[in-house]
Amino acid sequence: MASRRDFLKRALAGSAAVAGAATCTDASARGNAQISPDAVGLLFDSTLCIGCKACVAACKDANGLPLDYATPIEAAWDVPVDTTAKTFNVIKAYVDGSGMHKDQVQDGYAFMKSSCLHCVDPSCVSACPVSAMTKDPVTGIVGYDPDACIGCRYCVAACPFGIPKYDYDSPTGKIGKCELCRHRLPEGKYAACAEVCPTGATLFGKVSELKAEAKRRLALTPGAETTWPRGNLTTGDQPSWNGPAPVYVQHIYGEKEVGGTQMLKLAAVPFDKLGHRPLPERSFSSQSETLQHTLYGGLVLPLAVLGAMTWVAKRNVKHDDEGGDHD
Amino acid sequence: MTKHAHAAPAPVGGRLLSPVTFVLGVLILAALAILAVRFVYGLGTVTNLNDGYPWGIWVVADVVIGSAFACGGFSVAMLVYIFNKGEYHPLVRPALLASLFGYTLAGVGVLFDLGRWWNFWHILAPGYASPNSVMFEVAACISLYIVVMWIEFSPTFFEKWGMKDARRKVNKAMFFFIALGTVLPMMHQSSLGSLLVVFGTQIHPLWQSIVLPLIFLISAITMGYAVVLFESCLAAAGYRRTIEMHLLTPLSKIMLGMLGVFLAVRFGDLIVRGALGYAFEGSVQAAMFWLETACFVAPFVLLRAQAARRNPARLFVAGALLMLGGVLLRINAFLVGYDTGEGWSYFPSVPEMLVTFGMFAIEILAYIVITRRFPVLPREDAVHGAH
Ligand code: SF4
Ligand code: SF4
Ligand code: SF4
Repeated sequence: MASRRDFLKRALAGSAAVAGAATCTDASARGNAQISPDAVGLLFDSTLCIGCKACVAACKDANGLPLDYATPIEAAWDVPVDTTAKTFNVIKAYVDGSGMHKDQVQDGYAFMKSSCLHCVDPSCVSACPVSAMTKDPVTGIVGYDPDACIGCRYCVAACPFGIPKYDYDSPTGKIGKCELCRHRLPEGKYAACAEVCPTGATLFGKVSELKAEAKRRLALTPGAETTWPRGNLTTGDQPSWNGPAPVYVQHIYGEKEVGGTQMLKLAAVPFDKLGHRPLPERSFSSQSETLQHTLYGGLVLPLAVLGAMTWVAKRNVKHDDEGGDHD
Repeated sequence: MTKHAHAAPAPVGGRLLSPVTFVLGVLILAALAILAVRFVYGLGTVTNLNDGYPWGIWVVADVVIGSAFACGGFSVAMLVYIFNKGEYHPLVRPALLASLFGYTLAGVGVLFDLGRWWNFWHILAPGYASPNSVMFEVAACISLYIVVMWIEFSPTFFEKWGMKDARRKVNKAMFFFIALGTVLPMMHQSSLGSLLVVFGTQIHPLWQSIVLPLIFLISAITMGYAVVLFESCLAAAGYRRTIEMHLLTPLSKIMLGMLGVFLAVRFGDLIVRGALGYAFEGSVQAAMFWLETACFVAPFVLLRAQAARRNPARLFVAGALLMLGGVLLRINAFLVGYDTGEGWSYFPSVPEMLVTFGMFAIEILAYIVITRRFPVLPREDAVHGAH
């Protein structure tokens, strides 16, 4: 029975070490990341979008992207139905029944922009093993570096909005996604999609100002005449226009979802009908990183287990070697 | 302390070319040809991967399942060296061999799947590597474990080539490598489950859980024992050797014990999270969940009686079913339970499957070649009651 007692003793010693290590790494739990005060983003108002897709073309232009065909037949224009490695921005349509009335659930239609939401606590950045996806500490823009990327597509699978895409048709395929036109910012320009939007449905600006604008809109009395800014909300570079307020769904999509996003969305049709599933407020990356840091923070737990294992193995292997010497 | 007189390992001998090795060779060549096309024309030409299912069987089967199958070495080594069950010593080498190839191939298999594979070294390079990423942890741990396993297995080669000195030196430090060899798989087998945590609500509640690392780890250890049963029966049949029933019977009991722990954790978690209700919905996911669960429960039914555990055929079937349960758990969690939005579907293409078969063929072929030429399996005439 000696071996059984030994076994118990070892198991106890091991679990004591493990438990000790686990308690001292508890401090590693982290909540959602906080937004930078200078973060920039977009406000998309579905009720203002007329589906002209000027932003889709402007995005291609600004990013030097080729045509993308949704059907095998090559037409003279490109008709992407979803974001791809070569299309960073699409306008999707919701249609019901006869599709006659704008922003109506029944027999109506509505538009929704699909491009990176520049999450405050992005899953893609947390997932990327080689820091190819990064979040700018000041602007909060989530950028991609193909020279660092290993093409594992963990970001593609992890993004809760299905945004980053990989180019499977190329032996040297890259990930493609909106980087909020970060290459245009140093030139004094801003997001091309917002710049060309004729109605101000896509608006660029500081997230804090965009959020205030979104709240102003939700508080409007339906039908009341109001001012609609266009282009860059922060600099006011384009003239605004006047028109009546719609009946909004009282929800700013992106204010709380997965810890908040720097692209905010307003609509008159419920968001789940516009391809936006309800999401929890706790970011998935904070859950994943809390788990990782609890288990591996400072390598305390693995080293404690390794220590226990080495101690036990040393005794048992020696005994094993004695037997082995007889060969 | 009990001392166990074991038969020393010896090469099995015999011809290398047989119908089995020939078929394996053909499968390997086919896989290599497909991989050539993949590297010249891109992943899209040979796989059915798409933006809704960016991970297919090359990730799930070759890496996630392949490495779990390769847990035999880890599971048995833990039994022998940590829990001091010296009687299982003869099982260590063959199990370690299978693990060695399983993991080495999983490591190589990753390269086939990487879209920008020439940058692969970034994952361990300071400045690029991101410790927040679960995948970083998996990659670092698996790479290190492969090195550790080659060291653990090196005495076999040293024996064959008569390098007594080298053998003695490695053996001196072996206890440390054995310890590392138990900690590293614990880390990455659990992390293979943690990979899914960041996917959040894209993973069906039947599989998304914060205790995924524990579920994956325990199932991998259990699968490790199942693989040993499966392999031992197969090796005995293939080489017309005596089955080591005196070891496999008690081992199967340990396996059932671990399996019990696994099922308790799995169902405990589902109940605590209030997710068990999803198992009774009329969905593909619910059906797959029950299929998975049936494979995990079946070994209990099959090996209920002591007599059943002495029956090699039962052990073999129970081991195979348990392995299948582990396979289904992984496929369900990564693919069946994954939903990134409407309109996407994935089923592996034939070339994609052929590459996966080729990978497993390399493993089996290497196992055959090495056991026939190197001292891995216990010497037959010394095995108790050999005929
Ligand atoms: S929307 Fe997706 S790609 Fe964009 S920052 Fe968030 S997680 Fe990353
Ligand atoms: S595909 Fe590239 S960017 Fe995406 S997670 Fe992998 S390494 Fe990072
Ligand atoms: S910000 Fe730039 S890259 Fe992003 S969708 Fe708009 S135009 Fe495209």
